[in-house]
Amino acid sequence: MAATHTLSEADSAQLVARHGVPTAESRRVRTPDDAVVASGEVGYPVVVKLNSPHLAHKTERDLVRLGLADAGAVHAAAVALLDAAQPDDGDVDLLVAHMVSGARELVAGLHTDPQFGRCVMVGVGGVLTVALGDVVFRLAPLDATDAAEMLDELRCQELLGPVRGEPAVDRAALVDVLLALSRLADAEPNVVSVDINPLVVEDGAPIAVDALVETT
Amino acid sequence: MSARDASAFAALFDPGGVIVAGASSHPGKFGFVVLHNILRHAYRGRVFATNREGGEILGVTAHTGVDCIPDGVADLVFVCTPIGANAELLRACARKGVRAAFVMTSGYAETGDEGRRAEAELASVAEEVGILLAGPNGQGIVSTPSSLCAQMVAPYPPPGRIGIASQSGNIVSSFENLAIRSGIGVSRAVSAGNAAVVGIADYLEFFAADPATDVGLAYLEGVRDGRALFEALRRAAREQPLVLVQGGATAGGRRAAASHTGALASNERIFSGMCRQAGVNLAATVEEAFDAAATFATQPLPRGPNVAVLTTAGGWGVLTADSLVRSELSLLTLPDDLRAAIDALLPPRWSHGNPIDLAASESRDTIPDVLELLGKHPAVHAVIFLGSGVQSNQAKLMRSGQFSSGHGLERIIEFHERQDARYAQVAAAVSAASGKPVLVATELAATDPDNPGPRTVRDTGKLCYWSASRAVTALEHLWRRARFLQRRGQL
Repeated sequence: MAATHTLSEADSAQLVARHGVPTAESRRVRTPDDAVVASGEVGYPVVVKLNSPHLAHKTERDLVRLGLADAGAVHAAAVALLDAAQPDDGDVDLLVAHMVSGARELVAGLHTDPQFGRCVMVGVGGVLTVALGDVVFRLAPLDATDAAEMLDELRCQELLGPVRGEPAVDRAALVDVLLALSRLADAEPNVVSVDINPLVVEDGAPIAVDALVETT
Repeated sequence: MSARDASAFAALFDPGGVIVAGASSHPGKFGFVVLHNILRHAYRGRVFATNREGGEILGVTAHTGVDCIPDGVADLVFVCTPIGANAELLRACARKGVRAAFVMTSGYAETGDEGRRAEAELASVAEEVGILLAGPNGQGIVSTPSSLCAQMVAPYPPPGRIGIASQSGNIVSSFENLAIRSGIGVSRAVSAGNAAVVGIADYLEFFAADPATDVGLAYLEGVRDGRALFEALRRAAREQPLVLVQGGATAGGRRAAASHTGALASNERIFSGMCRQAGVNLAATVEEAFDAAATFATQPLPRGPNVAVLTTAGGWGVLTADSLVRSELSLLTLPDDLRAAIDALLPPRWSHGNPIDLAASESRDTIPDVLELLGKHPAVHAVIFLGSGVQSNQAKLMRSGQFSSGHGLERIIEFHERQDARYAQVAAAVSAASGKPVLVATELAATDPDNPGPRTVRDTGKLCYWSASRAVTALEHLWRRARFLQRRGQL
């Protein structure tokens, strides 16, 4: 397989959004002052992240600031993140996004299998994704019936029902996310993989909060 | 692809005549065993043999070469000759009108580069002369409509509606053994060997169009072209149920993945998803696969998930209910009218729910009536009946002991055996009349297959399940297919 590279988080989010995956409202900025302006536009609370194509695992380096509720907190976080950038990180900027909140985190993605080619995946997301392994695959392209059956096959069906005061997951909206990934596979031959984790469920609606796209 | 059309498959499975090339007079050699097995099972067409030294083997004249055989008398050659002779053999066979070859000879691609070259050459010669090439390195072929047992191992299964294709010859034998023991027979069986030209999916596509076959059953190991496999399986599964067992599903060999999606993309998960998407029933084990195929071959598809369990005793019903709850099927909540109708037939101590525990009331002859009620009620989609053969088991004990005569046991022995046979017959009749699956499960099918309960289930052409949990799993396979078809407007 040819060498691949990952898009920055902002570019990744933009690509999946273009094919119809709901994503959190966000802005890319270069300065702490612009971060404050952007926060006002996307709506508090916000998340501010250091953004670069070379930063795939931001959490490990503490480059994500969650739940920032006012201009002061955003400014301070932006200064700290820009200070934390290292030479290897290349050209960095800041990603300011409305903070989506929901008790449930799903995962969705696209994978290129050596035998079967591009496959769409959905499952239980968050930090325990790999440990739980509750995921289902289908070959792309898939149709709405296939996508609905993927949801039926997840072991944690309770997670899709009403949870902790939040309504049941909107299955039709989740089916749409999977169909969007299928369309993306069709339209973007260079995309090797897409990883949307977490796909947060806010008031029953799935919203991509973190996306990582790998291309040739 | 002229060599792979339907007429070439017909030459492979229903040949008018067979040549065993490389027949041997030594009973220890495969060239003898194959000829023996073809003759032993009274193949309907003509049988020819070749052997470099000529002579006669098992009453068949051994020709010194294919050229000595008349033109147009054989469609199939079963090849047991050494690698070096086979390319020329195919050319000679083609000149005689042979359309298909099953190559048993090993030493091809499974042995390395040199073998791979020989295999590629053989495949290209077959293509060039218009012969469908099965194998090489395969165990053989069975086709009950032609009474053809062209394989180098036993057994020969009873005739039936299951078509078997396997990447492992031994697993063909396993399926055939299960067919013999269960009485649920086979139409065609083939060991694909190295599958130089014809792969598992090709055989399954042939089965899908084959009037002799209702269900495809396959064992698959490596996958060469996943997309082609998927498309072929999907096409075949539109025509008939397909049950697959995959070997090596858990094997590694994936690149270390940066993404969660990649890290979770195991062969097993992707293969399983592919099967669901193609409408293929994936089974975890050989026995689960055979049970499922046998059930597809002998029971109608359920129109919904709701199962009624009829049992003569408590524990069986409880465990079956547990199995159902864990499955994609549902344990039916008895509708009031059905409960009232059953209540009118049974003594007051019956369970009043599902599982329908008859509370040992079988001596009042209630089983046929309750089965018929379940068949008629629209809320019931399928029935599992437990307790077949219990009475006959007691009868056997009475029959075999020192009190068997002179104590008036004869009548009760006969009654017990007659009842168990009747329950099995009613189960089949209710299924036929209602169009619903009615499954009978008892371990006696394994421990005492001649017991009149399981024996009669077999005589009605149905599978008697060795346990309730196996019946549940088999029924779950039928429901998965029914639901797949329903959701796509195909049922």
